[in-house]
Amino acid sequence: MSFFSDPRWGEALAHLPDYLGNHVRVSVTALALGLVVSLPLAIAARNHRAIRGALLGFASIVQTVPGLALLALFYPLLLALAALSLAWFGAGFSAFGFLPAVLALALYSMLPVLRNTITGLGGVDPAIREAAEGVGMTPLQSLFQVELPLALPVMMAGIRTAAVWVIGTATLSTPIGQTSLGNYIFAGLQTQNWVFVLFGCLAAAMLALAVDQLLALIEAGIRHRSRLRVLAGGIGIATLVAATLVPQTARAPSGIIVGAKTFAEQYVLSALVAQRLRAAGFSAGSREGLGSNVIFEALAAGDIDVYVDYSGTLWANQLQRADIRPRAELLAELKATLAHRNITLLGELGFENAYALVMPRRRAEALGIRGIADLASHAATMSMAADYEFFSRPEWAGLQKAYGLKFRTQRQMQPDFMYAAAASGEVDVIAGYTSDGLIAKYDLVVLEDTRHAIPPYDAIMLLAPKRAGDEALRAALTPLLGSIDIATMREANLRAAGGDGASSPDAVARWLWDKVGKR
Amino acid sequence: MQISPLIAFAHVGKSFGGGRGTQAVRAVDDVSLEIAEGEFLVIVGGSGSGKTTLLRLANRLIDADQGQITVEGDDVRSVDPIQLRRRIGYVFQSGGLFPHFSVSGNIGITPKLIGTPPDEIAARVDELLDLVRLDRALYRDRFPHELSGGQRQRVGVARALAARPRIVLMDEPFGALDPLTRDALGDDYRELHRKLGLTTVMITHDMTEALLLADRIAVMRGGKLLAQGTPAQLSRSEDPYVGELLRTPRRQAERLNALLPRGSAA
Repeated sequence: MSFFSDPRWGEALAHLPDYLGNHVRVSVTALALGLVVSLPLAIAARNHRAIRGALLGFASIVQTVPGLALLALFYPLLLALAALSLAWFGAGFSAFGFLPAVLALALYSMLPVLRNTITGLGGVDPAIREAAEGVGMTPLQSLFQVELPLALPVMMAGIRTAAVWVIGTATLSTPIGQTSLGNYIFAGLQTQNWVFVLFGCLAAAMLALAVDQLLALIEAGIRHRSRLRVLAGGIGIATLVAATLVPQTARAPSGIIVGAKTFAEQYVLSALVAQRLRAAGFSAGSREGLGSNVIFEALAAGDIDVYVDYSGTLWANQLQRADIRPRAELLAELKATLAHRNITLLGELGFENAYALVMPRRRAEALGIRGIADLASHAATMSMAADYEFFSRPEWAGLQKAYGLKFRTQRQMQPDFMYAAAASGEVDVIAGYTSDGLIAKYDLVVLEDTRHAIPPYDAIMLLAPKRAGDEALRAALTPLLGSIDIATMREANLRAAGGDGASSPDAVARWLWDKVGKR
Repeated sequence: MQISPLIAFAHVGKSFGGGRGTQAVRAVDDVSLEIAEGEFLVIVGGSGSGKTTLLRLANRLIDADQGQITVEGDDVRSVDPIQLRRRIGYVFQSGGLFPHFSVSGNIGITPKLIGTPPDEIAARVDELLDLVRLDRALYRDRFPHELSGGQRQRVGVARALAARPRIVLMDEPFGALDPLTRDALGDDYRELHRKLGLTTVMITHDMTEALLLADRIAVMRGGKLLAQGTPAQLSRSEDPYVGELLRTPRRQAERLNALLPRGSAA
């Protein structure tokens, strides 16, 4: 099969109107908001050195915050604001997706616009400013007829930089619930679908280039006083925006929104849920690649309707509990607590995706390591790797306390690469996930947790408050409960990591249903 | 003969700086000077003499600290500075043309600000181009960067005259031009001054230029007005600096007379 006949190209293309449209919408809105805020600020600050310094300093600091963090910060902030607004004015708003993305990206766009506007206005020859005064212009006439037109080429260069930054950074708005070209990249990275990753990167780069070139055309038009070029550039941008608005208005808002976090199992399960819903006659859409905290709050706020979470995750993150309870007890308490927030815990899917310490089978056998307890005496000479959050999670503190573990080195890694790193001996032990298919693929072994330091992580289906009484929805989802055992999920996950046409979440979800639906 | 002056400075003073530990500079120090209607006054002085500051005080590009300035009988503090500037023509050093406006856009700017209808402005622009001896059709739509220094300054003069002012202020208008262009422009402007009945205040550091153009000359140094009068009156001044300023053109004239005897090609 040649590279280009890979069916995933077609699948990627099918998502393009939705992803590109959302990407353009969020970028253009953010850029417009950024301009509306930055331009007056820069104009007001141009003659005040202290304000100018403070503004540029602020914008520079914003710039040093990594894009992903900035986007993620706006979510809890808006969530709190939405709660306040609901309490005070009786009307809330969605803190999910579009709004936090627009605000964070608008902040991100400010530095180049502020800097170039201030530089451009400051670069106007004082003799020309004086001439404007001398011929009898008011300060406003001088600003609009002389200073701004003369500064415009420099300002346009800043706007171009801002546009390219915003379009690039908008790919990071996927985890806070804003669909963008980043959906390709996040999904592709998690499911080892390099076609998606490549497609997403290319699409974002081409969009950025196209917008940059159109703005360059306008800039050249201004510089050379060519109305034609300004008009052509303006029409180009307007066409781009209009074209991306068409599919949105044509498509009815889809019924049930299924959420998925940022890893392969979640993509497969959300595809499975969506397929079952469609089979039951619902219209179903999805919001994928959401951050772990974002997805729960999105469900609570009704921005998504259903998703699969894990009992231990909610226990630690949402209930803020550090103690560990036996499985049934934990589930019961979780169910009761969630019910207070009107969230329905529909039931378990039948498998667990818990953290587990994992190492190569041969090495474990050679060293006589069966469980984590046996590992303790070797740990001082060993290195360990885990995902980005594990070392700051209560499970790790619990493990260290229960077994007295102390490794020589600890590293953080992209989860997909961890297993291969363990298999190749680059690290000795990893904190893997029990349902991960790569454990079998690389001949790794899960070390037994005899002292129960790690809480249970049953996969559980959650429903949003507004869907609590939807019997048809419950009926459509109930067949999934208790149907997926750990071996089946591991195999599904392995298939999802296959890196070929049959490994798309949709294809794996169909395979999974074929396997479990008959039971 | 004695008429009320069109512009009058009475004990005018202006200081700059003085904030944050720097010494305040008295740019203009107790200057009293009257300019009669129709007069061509040239203010001569070196750099830092306060001549440019004095000129800008007249149309309130700068506001005075002390004394009183009247223009056409009004105390300038009592009139709106924007309106004041619109009725006084101002020619800037090396043109001060707006680079993004065409020649006609530059010339027509003050009428446009006042709200003159566009067709009237267009007619006025053509009239002014004739007046400053620039070909209408050839120059109307050009941009400043497409003009020579002399042409730019002609446009600058046309712009100053566009709103039919009675007074024109000129800030070293011909300083950056080559001698031939400078001479031609000086003569042409002097003719315009006479024909249109203007009152002109021009500043320059060049005494020769002042002597050739002015009805009356004022000499400034260190913010003070040292002397004023017709060239003949000035030549009788006992001030050593004024004498020094006059020595150069005199010596040049003598040497030129010796070098270029009458009847030669020049």
